[in-house]
Amino acid sequence: MTTRATPPHVPTELCGIRLAHPIINASGTFDAIAARRVFGEALIEQFPFAAFVSKTVTLTPREGNPPPRLWEIAGGLINSIGLPNKGLRRYLAEDLPELASLPVPLIVNVMGFTGEEVAELVSAFSEREEVAALELNVSCPNVETGLVMGADPGEVTALLRRVRPLTEKPLIVKLTPNATDVVAVARAAQDAGADAVSLINTIRGMALDPKSGRPWLGGTTGGLSGPAVRAVALAQVYAVAHGVNIPIVAMGGVQRGRDALDLILAGATVVAVGTESFREPAAGARISRELATLAAKSGLSRAGSSLNC
Amino acid sequence: MSGEAPARVLAPFGRRAARVLERRVYGAYVVLRCADPDGPRPRAGQFYMLAASAWGGGDGERPFLPRAFSVLRSSTGHEREFLIEDVGPGTHRLCELSPGEDLLLVGPLGLGFTTPADGRRPLLVGGGVGIAPLAIWQDELGGATALLGFRDAPRAEGARLLADAQVATDDGSVGHRGLVTDLLREQLDRDDHASVYACGPPAMLESVRALCRERETPAQLALESGMACGFGACFGCVVPTREGYIRLCVDGPVVEASRLDSALVAGAGH
Repeated sequence: MTTRATPPHVPTELCGIRLAHPIINASGTFDAIAARRVFGEALIEQFPFAAFVSKTVTLTPREGNPPPRLWEIAGGLINSIGLPNKGLRRYLAEDLPELASLPVPLIVNVMGFTGEEVAELVSAFSEREEVAALELNVSCPNVETGLVMGADPGEVTALLRRVRPLTEKPLIVKLTPNATDVVAVARAAQDAGADAVSLINTIRGMALDPKSGRPWLGGTTGGLSGPAVRAVALAQVYAVAHGVNIPIVAMGGVQRGRDALDLILAGATVVAVGTESFREPAAGARISRELATLAAKSGLSRAGSSLNC
Repeated sequence: MSGEAPARVLAPFGRRAARVLERRVYGAYVVLRCADPDGPRPRAGQFYMLAASAWGGGDGERPFLPRAFSVLRSSTGHEREFLIEDVGPGTHRLCELSPGEDLLLVGPLGLGFTTPADGRRPLLVGGGVGIAPLAIWQDELGGATALLGFRDAPRAEGARLLADAQVATDDGSVGHRGLVTDLLREQLDRDDHASVYACGPPAMLESVRALCRERETPAQLALESGMACGFGACFGCVVPTREGYIRLCVDGPVVEASRLDSALVAGAGH
């Protein structure tokens, strides 16, 4: 691999947000505030992503699921975290100011249990200039109602109709792979005014405790991520790209520049890294360098930009 | 906490390769000594996420994630030692490493031990592979009474890693037959103006916690929990405290026992 002082990044644009390169993080896989406590200012100086996507924020605080929350499988991980967060009020007061000091645009991921809750979250963040875009979590398999919204085109249409008028900021709908027809849900999101879709979220999975034979995870089932889901992500991104015209933020098992390139060739504008950051905190930076090297070889910058909104 | 150095030393951002310099065997355990010229000297009780090249391909096509290990010793600023027991696909691969191969590491991570208050004497209580952070802590304290429990004689070889350790074994093959908490109770009976530092399997830590609570003796427990990242990203390693769940990787692994109602961490020890 060549080493360069300045990596040949491929600048990208997502719904009017300029990004230094096409690699961002998947929601819930990188806590920039905790990471700054661990790595100090080196994290800011070497920030690995072109935008930062927050962990899901809900209206009221959530403690998350009881442990154990993790189970390792071949080429992946099943997690049952349960969206722990401080809730909207404390997030606005404590976390948003700190995240606004990151050197990249901030995308806030929100989830509500009713359309009204989502509306309240969207309205609150719409007023904050620190926020570049909002991602709507309608797909988390760990929370019962999240699954319902993102699995049904009618639910997504109703949700977007409710919240679309509340903000001028880009709205990205995060799709769940645990749906019968993901393309139909993506189309519903687009038709009701979504600016982009992101996929895939984790795939529902389960593990049994080898000693007791009972479910290992405190939440019984969890979400599978990592390279084990990469082929599923590629197929779903490819299908959705043929069904909608809005940009796609693609993720699922990305470990190398080659994996990111595949998702871009399948129709993605931006690629998110998730589980790989657990193994290698600076994976996002490495993947963006690898992608840039591949892009320079393949003339990809044209292909990538042609799909921008 | 007193006005001492912070319990956390910052980690360089990212994963780096650390060349294995030496592999030593202590009965059932392997010690890897590696060169880490680009990393800072850790605090006792801090940990690293470790992996190796050719990660994966073991039992069940694992390991996939790195594994968390408290640093055993860091006697020079640029070398680290880790204590490993082969109990699964990750530790198996690590135990196979030879001098000249690379460890892939992230760290130092988490919060380490803090020094005893009020002139209390430190008592180190370890079980099995959990003795690791007590070795570096004994070095830093300039000596401390060490009470170590092991399952059997091959594991009791690990006692050589600390100075002047009193040993208990489950089968009585070495030292006291019984639990290490028997030794701790004797020590506290003799002089309870002590500060306890413990690391080991969940059942041992819970016994230490309960005993120290009964004796009103402060204790710091280095806990273990299944961990994917080690730097606060995955939220997988939470343990319940009186203030709610904490992430063991960033708000531990060393936790004041008084914050816990139980040291029996769900899923630990697997």
